[in-house]
Amino acid sequence: MKISVTVDGVRYEDDVEPRLLLVHYLRDQAGRTGTPIGCDTTNCGACTVLMNGMSVKSCSVLAVQADGAEITTIQGLANGELHPLQQAFHDEHALQCGYCTPGMIIAAADLLRDNPHPTEEEVRDGLEGNLCRCTGYQNIVRAVLKAAGSTGVTT
Amino acid sequence: MTTETTAANEIGKARKRKEDARLITGQTNWTDNITLPGLGYIAFARSPYAHARITSVDLSEAKGAPGVFAVFSGADLAAEQGSLPCAWPVTKDIVMPNHPPMAVDTVRYAGEIVAAVVARDRYEAADAVSLIDVTYEPLEPVLDMEAALADGSVKVHDEGNKSFTWTLENGDLAGAFGDAAIVLERTYRQQRLIPCAIEPRSVVCAPVGDEYTMWSATQIPHVLRVMLAVVTGIPEHNLRVIAPDVGGGFGSKLQVTAEEVLALLLARRLGRPVKWTESRSEGNMAVHHGRDQIQRIRLAADSDGRLRGLSVDLLADMGAYLMLVTPGVPLLGAFMFNAIYKMDAYRFNCTGVFTTKTPTDAYRGAGRPEATYAIEHIMDDLAAHLHMDPLELRERNWIKHEEFPFNTISGLTYDSGNYEAATAEAKALFHYDALRMEQAERNDAGATVRLGIGISTFTEMCGLAPSRLLGSLLYAAGGWEHASIRMLPTGKVEVVTGSSAHGQGHETAWSQIVADQLGVPFEDIRVLHGDTQVAPKGMDTYGSRSLVVGGTALVEACGKVRDKARIIAAGMLEVAPEDLEWTPGRWSVRGDPDQGKSIAEIAFATFAAHALPDGVEPSLDSDSTTDPDNFSFPHGTHLCAVEVDTETGRVKIRSYVAVDDIGVVVNPMIVEGQVHGGIAQGIAQALYEEAAYDSSGNLETVTLADYLVPSAADLPSFVTANTTTPSTTNPLGVKGVGEAGTIASTPAVVNAIVDALRPFGVTDVPMPCTPERVWRAIAAARGSEGASA
Repeated sequence: MKISVTVDGVRYEDDVEPRLLLVHYLRDQAGRTGTPIGCDTTNCGACTVLMNGMSVKSCSVLAVQADGAEITTIQGLANGELHPLQQAFHDEHALQCGYCTPGMIIAAADLLRDNPHPTEEEVRDGLEGNLCRCTGYQNIVRAVLKAAGSTGVTT
Repeated sequence: MTTETTAANEIGKARKRKEDARLITGQTNWTDNITLPGLGYIAFARSPYAHARITSVDLSEAKGAPGVFAVFSGADLAAEQGSLPCAWPVTKDIVMPNHPPMAVDTVRYAGEIVAAVVARDRYEAADAVSLIDVTYEPLEPVLDMEAALADGSVKVHDEGNKSFTWTLENGDLAGAFGDAAIVLERTYRQQRLIPCAIEPRSVVCAPVGDEYTMWSATQIPHVLRVMLAVVTGIPEHNLRVIAPDVGGGFGSKLQVTAEEVLALLLARRLGRPVKWTESRSEGNMAVHHGRDQIQRIRLAADSDGRLRGLSVDLLADMGAYLMLVTPGVPLLGAFMFNAIYKMDAYRFNCTGVFTTKTPTDAYRGAGRPEATYAIEHIMDDLAAHLHMDPLELRERNWIKHEEFPFNTISGLTYDSGNYEAATAEAKALFHYDALRMEQAERNDAGATVRLGIGISTFTEMCGLAPSRLLGSLLYAAGGWEHASIRMLPTGKVEVVTGSSAHGQGHETAWSQIVADQLGVPFEDIRVLHGDTQVAPKGMDTYGSRSLVVGGTALVEACGKVRDKARIIAAGMLEVAPEDLEWTPGRWSVRGDPDQGKSIAEIAFATFAAHALPDGVEPSLDSDSTTDPDNFSFPHGTHLCAVEVDTETGRVKIRSYVAVDDIGVVVNPMIVEGQVHGGIAQGIAQALYEEAAYDSSGNLETVTLADYLVPSAADLPSFVTANTTTPSTTNPLGVKGVGEAGTIASTPAVVNAIVDALRPFGVTDVPMPCTPERVWRAIAAARGSEGASA
């Protein structure tokens, strides 16, 4: 099937199999390997991207469902300089191996779009769909709260 | 050794990580990102049975499917696939069955590989796997360790279900128990866990002529290279192994896997690059599991609580085969059951048992969390038995800070420690006395939600390890580590380490160490690792060894660089080398500091090499291979307060304080992160995770929907602090921190739950302490009908 999809500001037109997962399209065809895959049951959230501004787990979206959509991955989040969440993750040591980080940052961006001034508990609940095995989440929560407090946070 | 260069003061700084730049922007190089011209995707057919004979494998339909390059059964590869290695045959008479990477005639766990497809893309490969027709003759699974050892049990292997029995004994155990006032006997179950690094395993193998490059999501590129050569017969110098960015390991990538060996064999067969990346549900079945022990522990004490003796009988589930260090994992616990305590006699006995389950092997802590759980749990039981505060009981028995170095009953020499200091700090941060008062008030009032306080005063042996000691335990490899320093002509520094990071932050911490050692800016240092062609020697990363052993190698290599630089600087300044003194980054004339040469100037002088002293080689580059004399022994006091709803069984962690003494801290930010993550992983064992099998031997927790890796919503924030008692066995004074939190936190949490429920008569809750299990434990203790419901 033919699709037209914009990924991190670049428009692509491709002929894809109907069963192709969006995450495989992004990684294998659009070359956006910054979005990794951590599971096959939508539990881990590593593959989270923004689709028309809303976070989706790209392993549970078909590429054909993204027809006409605008996708933002971790590689398209920054605009010249680091996004406040990227900066906060660095400053607060919110990553170790970094495998969950792209999905975590994207999910956090959507969380802050929805709730610009969350409490700690709201951050923890809001990131429930993204698993990290390294950090124990404490610094991730701290980073999201810090980014929420910084000026000019946009998604 | 470090005193002369401490002016640079990088050690101890919370430097933000160099690694982050690529990780937060998606520029990471995971193995699964790698693609090559002509790449073939591998997909495996795996056994749906825990135990079965393979009666036929029909590949014909799969071979004709679109995009398929080749399909192989175990029989096709039988002549070349060898046996997966076990590097730790713990006894001379160990039963170590053949372990083909692809099953040929029998499968022994659900998920074992029975056939492989190589195809043009991952979807076509998966399609073709579904066309493979394997017929099985199911055999009875062997799922229970005690039943496996009973006469008449179905055999997992022809050689029987017992792999080995290993014993350690010291002191007069009969005497210690004979007239003891108190003898406690407990059985604890260490449930089976799945490591669940968030990056699934992945391997790419590219043949060029008779040379092979393998990229793998591994913790051990160097060990893997040696083992691939041994297993396949491909000469070691024709193999290059690269661990690119690796997304966590926790022991699960300390392995030589069937998939890696098969990728190499298939690349050789097809003469084309191949790639395999596991799905999570494949990985939960096929990545080695952790823990899974039955612990019978007997403790003898005097009526005042003084410990006399400890006897431990372990059954350790090996799973279906012995993997790289499977039999050695429970033995790492052999030295840790006695923990921080003094006693007169000790006996440890471990039997390794085969079952038809996924093989077990190292998982964060590897043997030490299990031991710490058992001793810390029974210490709380003893305190309850004596109506004594559990911290007071521990203090009565622990090694006093003035007694170090101390030879323990299990035969180790603890070089240093200060349990008093860590415990005092933890008590203060935790508000221990106030919480005890609140607990008593709730108990007196018969409150529905009870408060429990759990204690874990743990230690561990890490910095693996002195090679001689490993040899005496029949481990096949050494425990040294390698580092080299390349001084570039422009004054920049390349640091090559044999330790292979996968989230630990080596690039940052190693830069800090070298900055101090050579007096060069942190920013001017680049750390290289994880490629056997770039870092030719190494023993890799596991067992909290990287900083203790690899860091020492760095210090020694830097010392050699300084020594070489001194001779060249002396020639440049036309003075004798002994007239020079080192200040950070510079050799200068004693008494005339303006007369000197910076390390960058000296490096450039070796590049030009126009005027070096006679007989001096034009290079500052140096390396060191360091073999430690002893382990290091981090310790700490973790205190956990839980609220337990006695009507629903729900457990809520109210506060958690961890005071760790890991010696000198290189980067406190990284250390804090390691402790947080470690605590979380230990809490996961206490409350959430278990690899569960059904009665047919199928893994029930195949997905992350069933295997409950905790999320941010499931965990609290932790209060962490450090006390610092430098290790005396390495020049940095460091001890290692990678496993500390995991080792300490599981018993702290379970002790807290049991402490909350002791008024009901509860003495144990089996892990994971789910609401149902907590509720049942209360019901059973109350003797209500609900217990059998």
